[in-house]
Amino acid sequence: MTLERHKYDVLVIGAGGAGLRAAVEAREAGLSVAIICKSLFGKAHTVMAEGGAAASMGNVNDNDNWMVHFRDTMRGGKFLNHYRMAELHAKEAPDRIWELETWGALFDRTKEGKISQRNFGGHEYPRLAHVGDRTGLELIRTMQQKIVALQQADGREFGDMEAKMKVYAECTITEILKENGKIAGAYGYWRETGEEVLFEAPAVVIATGGVGKTFKITSNSWEGTGDGHALALKAGANLVDMEFLQFHPTGMVWPPSVRGILVTESVRGEGGILTNSLGERFMFKYIPDVFKDKYADNEAEADRWYEDQDNNRRPPELLPRDEVARAINSEVKAGRGTEHGGVYLDVSKRIPAEVIKKRLPSMWHQFYELAGVDITKEAMEVGPTCHYVMGGVEVEPDTAAAVGVPGLYAAGEVAGGMHGSNRLGGNSLTDLLVFGRRAGAGAADYVKSAGANPVSDATIKAAADRIEAPFSREGGENSYSLHAELQEVTHNLVGIIRTRTEIEEAIAKITDIRARSKNVAVAGGRKFNPGFHLAFDLDNMLLVAESTAKSALLREESRGGHTRDDFPGMNNQWRQVNHIASFDGNQVNIKAQPLPMLPKELFDLFDVHELEKYMTPEEIAKGGSN
Amino acid sequence: MARKLNLRIWRGDATDGGLKDVQVDVNEGEVVLDVIHRVQATQMGDLAVRWNCKAGKCGSCSMEINGKPRLACMTQVASFDEDETITVTPLRAFPVIKDLVTDVSFNYKKAMEIPAYEHPKELAPGEARMEQVDVERSQEFRKCIECFLCQNTCHVIRDHEENKKSFAGPRFFIRIAELDMHPLDKLKNRKRTAQEEHGLGMCNITKCCTEVCPEHIKITDNAIIPMKERVVDIKYDPARMFAGLLKREKRN
Repeated sequence: MTLERHKYDVLVIGAGGAGLRAAVEAREAGLSVAIICKSLFGKAHTVMAEGGAAASMGNVNDNDNWMVHFRDTMRGGKFLNHYRMAELHAKEAPDRIWELETWGALFDRTKEGKISQRNFGGHEYPRLAHVGDRTGLELIRTMQQKIVALQQADGREFGDMEAKMKVYAECTITEILKENGKIAGAYGYWRETGEEVLFEAPAVVIATGGVGKTFKITSNSWEGTGDGHALALKAGANLVDMEFLQFHPTGMVWPPSVRGILVTESVRGEGGILTNSLGERFMFKYIPDVFKDKYADNEAEADRWYEDQDNNRRPPELLPRDEVARAINSEVKAGRGTEHGGVYLDVSKRIPAEVIKKRLPSMWHQFYELAGVDITKEAMEVGPTCHYVMGGVEVEPDTAAAVGVPGLYAAGEVAGGMHGSNRLGGNSLTDLLVFGRRAGAGAADYVKSAGANPVSDATIKAAADRIEAPFSREGGENSYSLHAELQEVTHNLVGIIRTRTEIEEAIAKITDIRARSKNVAVAGGRKFNPGFHLAFDLDNMLLVAESTAKSALLREESRGGHTRDDFPGMNNQWRQVNHIASFDGNQVNIKAQPLPMLPKELFDLFDVHELEKYMTPEEIAKGGSN
Repeated sequence: MARKLNLRIWRGDATDGGLKDVQVDVNEGEVVLDVIHRVQATQMGDLAVRWNCKAGKCGSCSMEINGKPRLACMTQVASFDEDETITVTPLRAFPVIKDLVTDVSFNYKKAMEIPAYEHPKELAPGEARMEQVDVERSQEFRKCIECFLCQNTCHVIRDHEENKKSFAGPRFFIRIAELDMHPLDKLKNRKRTAQEEHGLGMCNITKCCTEVCPEHIKITDNAIIPMKERVVDIKYDPARMFAGLLKREKRN
């Protein structure tokens, strides 16, 4: 049988927000583009984003601007962010939101008719453009429909709507292909038929999202298996900051089948409070020193803030996510948790029922239909859930080019650096717009100068052999059980709170599972066979877990999404270091790499006393890299 | 805590298939998708089912449960009697690929036929001003998660393959309505093309689509009926008909 082949200028792997934005940019630059989705078009995990997209448009509070947003992002990431990514993001986010409006998006409005903006953890001013609590769906639909608009234009020009841009749904990429050290395309299979397919393209944009399915309790869908992280590693790219995982403080905890499903931070943004089983509003006990002057230490002031934000400090429920997740974890561990091992989150006392249903409609439905809880009358039970990986492919900030692999680009959750050690809510949706666009432009520029790079028969054969392997084994390991084992290991040993001995145990166990995974056998045929699909996803998750565990072992401090019980404090020496993971074909290796220093113009945006909390005296004395 | 559930699953492909009975453990609070996953992990490793978010937000796990089009992730097992057998079958209006997975590409083809949003050229990014009440009408339709349950249940195509060519279906009537009610969209005649090119006239408002919508969008009342009424106004407007007659006379 002959192999199915396609040729494009740019291949985008992943059809979430970042992938679609990259595809639009590359097509508008005149190139032909293939978009690969692992599921159906429009189902990407971006639809799960609820709260909003952070952009300093200043529609609700005109004190806001890119510099305030930049400062908030750096603080949230505990200054481990790549400053240039945080800067580009803060500067370009408003344009990316307004652009969506010109493509038909309909955000909620202010009284003056502008795009409304809501409060969120770690953001100094109301900053999140939103559509109720389904903002991610609005982003995906808008870009999905923009792609159709571009296809309709191609149809008028070329007589075929899919002449220059086509969406390939339910296709899994198993390998990124290189020739002569440069990107040449990608190889994969159709989930529907199991048949193989080759895409030849001199530039590949990876936009595959996150890794949540590596963990037991997660807000991520089945697609979050770290495919892009693993594909990039295997193609010779690096992963940066893989020890940093965000545990969202509020996932559902009951009933067990929905454990981990997200409860949007907007619930707290709209006035929800957290209490323990003693009825105590416990967050006041957990305000870290670095945030003391921005957060209220008493209920009266916290309550006043909702009415008067200029003269009061914010309620501590709106601290960055890492702080709130650790606080909830501590309360439950201390025996002050709810019946099902969470804490209470309540909006019913502060907000009238009809307002809750209007501002948080999908939360109301989610709890009513899945947990039998009416959130307009009772409290929700919530607890931490693995939500987002800050770490990812190491990229050049301006072009989103993967370091070390000509022709490879990465954007969105799969890229690292932007969020440092902890991401602020709302920064993800604008991250994928800002850097999705930059990746599309970067890839387009590269293709225009580099030209085609054909794939050799030997490369194709090697990729094909790898797909066939699990079918030729008999009586080997079951991929479902190995996946469950891996999730136990990561959850118990490299979860929210980590220690040396547990991480070492995790590394040993992950190595063992990886050895056994080489022996996974698949029952049944190739046609839409989830057991076969999981065998490949598992391979990716194992590489991600190994990168996370090994990076976590080396970082001897606690910062953002990495908490070491044996090294509880933040250490300013460690702030100057990124961990870079690479793959030698056999195992993941980690090296320390200096983090680029802020240039003077960005350094000067901060009060030097604040920077002293994060930087060494030598760095402060330097006052910036230039 | 776990009890046994009798589950009947359609297994097969486009050429052949039938219902298979299995017994599976079910725990408190579980939804139908949970027990399908348990069957997959323990008894039928190659059972095909489409799903993503498991929270009613992506619209992937559409199937027919005891004959009703529903999302498997939002259907509580506890909503059935304990001794009741739950039967799960693929969507009927679309061709089966394997087991519970159907070929829904019909919907994506129709999506490409609906003319896109047209932004006013004179309005630069950031300049748009709209009232909340005005955007809410279209926002109702933009809640759609594209589960295609409305398409599946619509009798115009459910049992009439021959109608698919000329009928976009409820999902795309709300797309047209959304654009028609969009405060800024510049494209004219959306209602007329809905009638003439996308088969709005074939709908006889039995409201089946509204009944199955997991997002509770009032497809019939808020999108289809208002468009039908306006189409009637346009088509049977005596002033326009008179103008039309004059034109025809002139041509003659």
